[in-house]
Amino acid sequence: MRLLAIFCFSLLLFTPDAIAKINVFACEPEWKALVDDLGGEYVKTYSATTAYQDPHHIEARPSLIAKTRRADLLVCTGAELEVGWLPLLLRQSGNAVIQEDQPGYFLAASQVERIEIPVEVDRSQGDVHASGNPHVHWDPYRMLVIAEALSQRLQAIDPEHVLEYKQQLSQFTSDWKNAIRQWEEQTKGLQGKKAIVYHKNWSYLLNWLGVETVGDIEPKPGVPPTAGHLSKLLEAVRAQPPDFILIANYQDDKGAQWLHQKTGIPIIHLPYTVGGSEQADGLVSLYNEVLTLITSTTQ
Amino acid sequence: MKVTLFAVALPLLTLFNAAHAESTGKISGNEFNPAISLILDGRYTDIDNSELELPGFQLGGEAGLPDDGFSTGHNELSISANIDDKFYGSLTTAIVYEDSETEVELEEAYIETLKLGRGFTIRGGKFFSGIGYLNSIHDHAHDFADRPLVYDAMFGGHLVDTGVQFRWVAPTDRYFSLGTEVTTGSEFPGGDNDDNANGLAFFAKTGGDIGVSSSWQLGASYYQSDFDVREAGGHGHGDEEESADNELLDGDVDVFGIDFVYKWAPQGNSKNTNFKFQAEYFVKNEDGFSEFTEDENTAEADYDGKQKGFYVQGIYQFRPAWRIGVRYDHLEADNDITNFSGNGIDQDEFLEESGLGTEDDPNRYSVMLDYSPSHFSRLRLQYSQLDNGHDETNDYVMLQYIMSLGSHGAHTF
Repeated sequence: MRLLAIFCFSLLLFTPDAIAKINVFACEPEWKALVDDLGGEYVKTYSATTAYQDPHHIEARPSLIAKTRRADLLVCTGAELEVGWLPLLLRQSGNAVIQEDQPGYFLAASQVERIEIPVEVDRSQGDVHASGNPHVHWDPYRMLVIAEALSQRLQAIDPEHVLEYKQQLSQFTSDWKNAIRQWEEQTKGLQGKKAIVYHKNWSYLLNWLGVETVGDIEPKPGVPPTAGHLSKLLEAVRAQPPDFILIANYQDDKGAQWLHQKTGIPIIHLPYTVGGSEQADGLVSLYNEVLTLITSTTQ
Repeated sequence: MKVTLFAVALPLLTLFNAAHAESTGKISGNEFNPAISLILDGRYTDIDNSELELPGFQLGGEAGLPDDGFSTGHNELSISANIDDKFYGSLTTAIVYEDSETEVELEEAYIETLKLGRGFTIRGGKFFSGIGYLNSIHDHAHDFADRPLVYDAMFGGHLVDTGVQFRWVAPTDRYFSLGTEVTTGSEFPGGDNDDNANGLAFFAKTGGDIGVSSSWQLGASYYQSDFDVREAGGHGHGDEEESADNELLDGDVDVFGIDFVYKWAPQGNSKNTNFKFQAEYFVKNEDGFSEFTEDENTAEADYDGKQKGFYVQGIYQFRPAWRIGVRYDHLEADNDITNFSGNGIDQDEFLEESGLGTEDDPNRYSVMLDYSPSHFSRLRLQYSQLDNGHDETNDYVMLQYIMSLGSHGAHTF
């Protein structure tokens, strides 16, 4: 009797899914933007987080379960950035095509070499990532590698539109390469400058620009600044003054403001990702804005 | 200089990529270790009376109050992993030290499908039922040092049983999911039965976002079981009533509940400040033949009870790492006792000793403050005032630590 009830219940729920565009669930706005560039009209994209949210601190909330349930492709950063919520979403979604071994599961950071891979992984070091720094979208060269791998994934999932995806990839690649040339021209003067960062989410950018990171406002990754750490940082800053302080505009800037008041070193509030400011509505405009903000402060 | 860099960077990166893949391609015996996480929970409690009595409610399972003085709570060891491409498995044990004895309790041990698709998932084994909101969330992830009274009174802590669970997520924009469970039905508030498959549960959940800063979830659930024998008596007061035997025979129980959660964080960024409101309401109907034996004396009666309870709570993180919370618990019972017959025990005594006699409505006020220097550690101070309905007020203060070691646990909504 009970089993019969369950059986009927299951039948009731068996409804076919309508498939039109490829549904893409991106964990962060940068990947949504990249999929939009590479997929164009053949994809319908959704980003689980906004530029004002810390992707470390998201919960597997109901709306996200509903979105993963319908996704054909999942595009996330990886390198443990979403470890606190993505595994749970995958298990709760009941969606077979985006599980870890499927073509519908794409991690951007796994496509490239990461920097800052810790030699020793211990929680006393803060919220460290054993697979290295996950903030890979701030290296324009790595973005080219990721774009190519992502386009191949779209082609595998939606073979009907292989030609279109290839076309969009070559368009993206050539636009991006042109942009890189301009950016490198624009930021020549930054080489050798010194920066203080709030969190290590600018490492790839600063490496590319040739800017040296001389301190972190967070004592350890993911740990809010303490008075003791800030006063130590102040001593270091006085001994070797950096050119600017970088902070994402979703991060708490109290510590940075304090340092700024003590030393006069300019704080640059940056959109961390697409949607982080009015101008930054795509990947190219995001880079444009961030690089302009940095270069205009240092001139 | 930079143009040359650009020209060589791409092929180099591709090379790095290949080199990286090669370096991780080593063969070693521990590559497939599952995720292991350990929760350490310890506390100091200042409490007048740690015996939990709630008139009108027969307690079972782990219902109880914390011991006075120092105690360790549920130290939980949890091991989980994808078994292969089709199954996920998880085991959670609680290591409890009480009365100079160490006990290992199996909290959960289940497998779950990964690849059914179309929104379906099947789970089998021993698991925390999907009913309610807090029921499937382990105690260390609760916002107070003790469970809401309604969970202790209705489910003996959590409804946890062995069986199979089916879940389905609808392919809709608004989250909607349904679940059902067939379980032994022998765990409290059910009881021993011949079929060992008498537990049946249904639950439905829906939820969504309101703008970018808020989200909510609403759930409804139902549980039923029928049983031959149910022994009453919670964790808290087993010892002194060893000579007493409190049984419900040939019983039926069903519980209906609704739950609601609302969360707010500015711009959806919960790191610095956030607010959480949650409330759950349960109604339990049960009947059976009550038999109470103490030494040579016996009493029996027909019992038909209707019990209700709810809690509401709000948690506010007012600055990074610091949260305050308030909670209100309320219970009420309306029990019908008929055909009483006693041998050496009168009706009043029977009503009190069996837990079936109703008095005033039990209620409790709690406030808490907690501090989490990192994602993995939490220290909590809680004050509660419990009025158990006997005109006895029980005040208690708890200082608790909850620490999480090992793999990074996921956050359910």
